[in-house]
Amino acid sequence: MSYLPNIIFAIALVLGIGFFAKNVKKLRRNILLGKDAEVSDNKPQRWRNMARIALGQSKMVVRPVAGLMHIIVYVGFVIINIEVLEIVIDGLLGTHRIFAPLGSVYDFLIGSFEVLAFLVIVAVVVFWIRRNVMRLQRFLKPEMEGWPKKDGNLILYIELVLMFLFLTMNAADFKLQQLGAAGYEQAGAFPISSFIAPLFDGMSISTIILIERSAWWLHILGILAFLNYLYYSKHLHILLAFPNTYYGKLVPQGQMSNVAAVTNEVKLMLDPAADPFATGAENAEEPEKFGASDVQDLNWVQLLNAYTCTECGRCTSECPANQTGKLLSPRKIMMDTRDRLEEVGKNIDANKGVFVPDGKQLLDDYITREELWACTTCNACVEACPVSIDPLSIITEMRRYLVMEQSAAPTDLNNMMGNLENNGAPWPFNQMDRLNWAQES
Amino acid sequence: MENKLNVPTMASLFAEGKQPEVLFWVGCAGSFDDRAKKITKAFVKLLHKAGVSFAVLGTEESCTGDPAKRAGNEFLFQMQAMTNIEVMNGYEIKKVVTACPHCFNTIKNEYPSLGGTYEVLHHTQFLKALVDEGRITLEGGTYKGKRITYHDPCYLGRANDVFEAPRELISKLDAELVEMKNCRKKGLCCGAGGAQMFKEPEKGDKDVNIERTEQALETQPEIIAAACPFCNTMMTDGVKNKEKEASIAVMDIAELLANVEDL
Repeated sequence: MSYLPNIIFAIALVLGIGFFAKNVKKLRRNILLGKDAEVSDNKPQRWRNMARIALGQSKMVVRPVAGLMHIIVYVGFVIINIEVLEIVIDGLLGTHRIFAPLGSVYDFLIGSFEVLAFLVIVAVVVFWIRRNVMRLQRFLKPEMEGWPKKDGNLILYIELVLMFLFLTMNAADFKLQQLGAAGYEQAGAFPISSFIAPLFDGMSISTIILIERSAWWLHILGILAFLNYLYYSKHLHILLAFPNTYYGKLVPQGQMSNVAAVTNEVKLMLDPAADPFATGAENAEEPEKFGASDVQDLNWVQLLNAYTCTECGRCTSECPANQTGKLLSPRKIMMDTRDRLEEVGKNIDANKGVFVPDGKQLLDDYITREELWACTTCNACVEACPVSIDPLSIITEMRRYLVMEQSAAPTDLNNMMGNLENNGAPWPFNQMDRLNWAQES
Repeated sequence: MENKLNVPTMASLFAEGKQPEVLFWVGCAGSFDDRAKKITKAFVKLLHKAGVSFAVLGTEESCTGDPAKRAGNEFLFQMQAMTNIEVMNGYEIKKVVTACPHCFNTIKNEYPSLGGTYEVLHHTQFLKALVDEGRITLEGGTYKGKRITYHDPCYLGRANDVFEAPRELISKLDAELVEMKNCRKKGLCCGAGGAQMFKEPEKGDKDVNIERTEQALETQPEIIAAACPFCNTMMTDGVKNKEKEASIAVMDIAELLANVEDL
């Protein structure tokens, strides 16, 4: 009978982690629906980028207020998770504060967890005010209506509740230690929760134990629930920011990839020795589709980008098209890609592992042509992203589909391309006049 | 009538068995756009002044393919790229300088994997080196104390991390360089990139060049310095829209330098 809590704890842990693992598997499968990407080069630089951008938060502080608050929450969560290790061991073994024998080190640890927990509460409140009272513009764009807005606030509430449970648990423990309750030896320093402890004055030891145990259980169950919330939320970035910055673009931002399949075709076209009457082999494979009209046409790094996006909107607020009232929002490009990818994933789940065409695609059903044609390819969104997401690469890949598969460029651009083909310039000037400027005064 | 410029072509030098120090890639805007042609000529005058041996491809030059690529037409881009690479490799070109950040980005970053590898410089980098080497002296106080704001072209700045060369040139003019609220890595696009130059903008509240011009006007400049023929067009249109063309000039860095040198 006395092992019951340990057993319940073990079951909760296995269920929580198991369910999460199942979702991670699904996540991985969905991401790998994308095409191959060439990202095996320059590993040292990739590790450095991950260390600097994800671990070191270097791009967060470009906006100092949000950046500082974010670092507090980030450091808070990473460090307070050391406490989760103790909680898990205690839960499995039925011990209480198993690290307590560390003495002054333990005091220091618990003390700093408490200070961080307090700072996290402050930062989370500031974040909530920015979203709901100050109503910063980038949190109110059309793509944020409904679930994304709710998701953003829900994360803040969960973090708040978890921090309060942690402090309540410590406060009750501190009170029990003062009262000399059995099993609650003096351990830890409580710089914050000692201010909460007076609330328990006059309560019986058994009531305070009940409070301590309830807070302890709710805290760890809350963490397990939050872990499982990630997959359904923009909050996945806390994990995916690391691989995403590792696989981020290493070449200059202005460099667009050259399509290899096109290179082969063009080489053939320009080869004077090529047989103009050659026909394809009988059993030749169908030529590859150019560009992207759906998520499977994108590469897996672009799909990882979509799951990593935490909808902060820094890209959109720097986008010249969005700033001047155009429909394009780079954040929406990422959110749409993720939503469509999720839809495709669910389709595969429902159809025993095969995707059954559903008459929908990323283009038009999610991302409109008007959005795609509004982009100036200025890379402001790429520069702004704190976790190395590249919305521009998706936009240009979809333009490739529109132009090369559908011949569906805007008329003006068709004229420009016609001039380019005929005259070697985007305007209707003769190539033979290219040096006339040297003769003009 | 001014003297005609002496602009050697690769073909003529090659026939004489000569190889110039650098190929000046003029670009479509620099060749055909009336405003940009002035930038081209200013740069050529500076090259002559500094005694640089250079040549152009002239009628053998063709668009790099940048607007086609950004519009999504990879076929057309690669056709242009491979034709140009064949011409350049034929002349055994090692070093290229261009006054257009789009040509600069494309030749520097997108040509190598198609077989065209050159040392590529933007004209602000090239001019900076000439000034540092003392081949251009910049005497005379034409712009002394003038308020100049510099607009970062996306394809020079953010895309290729060239932020300082143009600024150092402006500061060498003894001018007062004033920065816009969006500058360097956070520079705001002029609205021309990604083939937008060649189409009507999508519908919105405002044109991008107006937004950027407003940022420039906030610095109360006498001159808006640009380093890209397309940015130059967009900013010039913006200044006209604000009816400020009588008091604010939009000029390329090469033009500023050429004026100082009284060329």
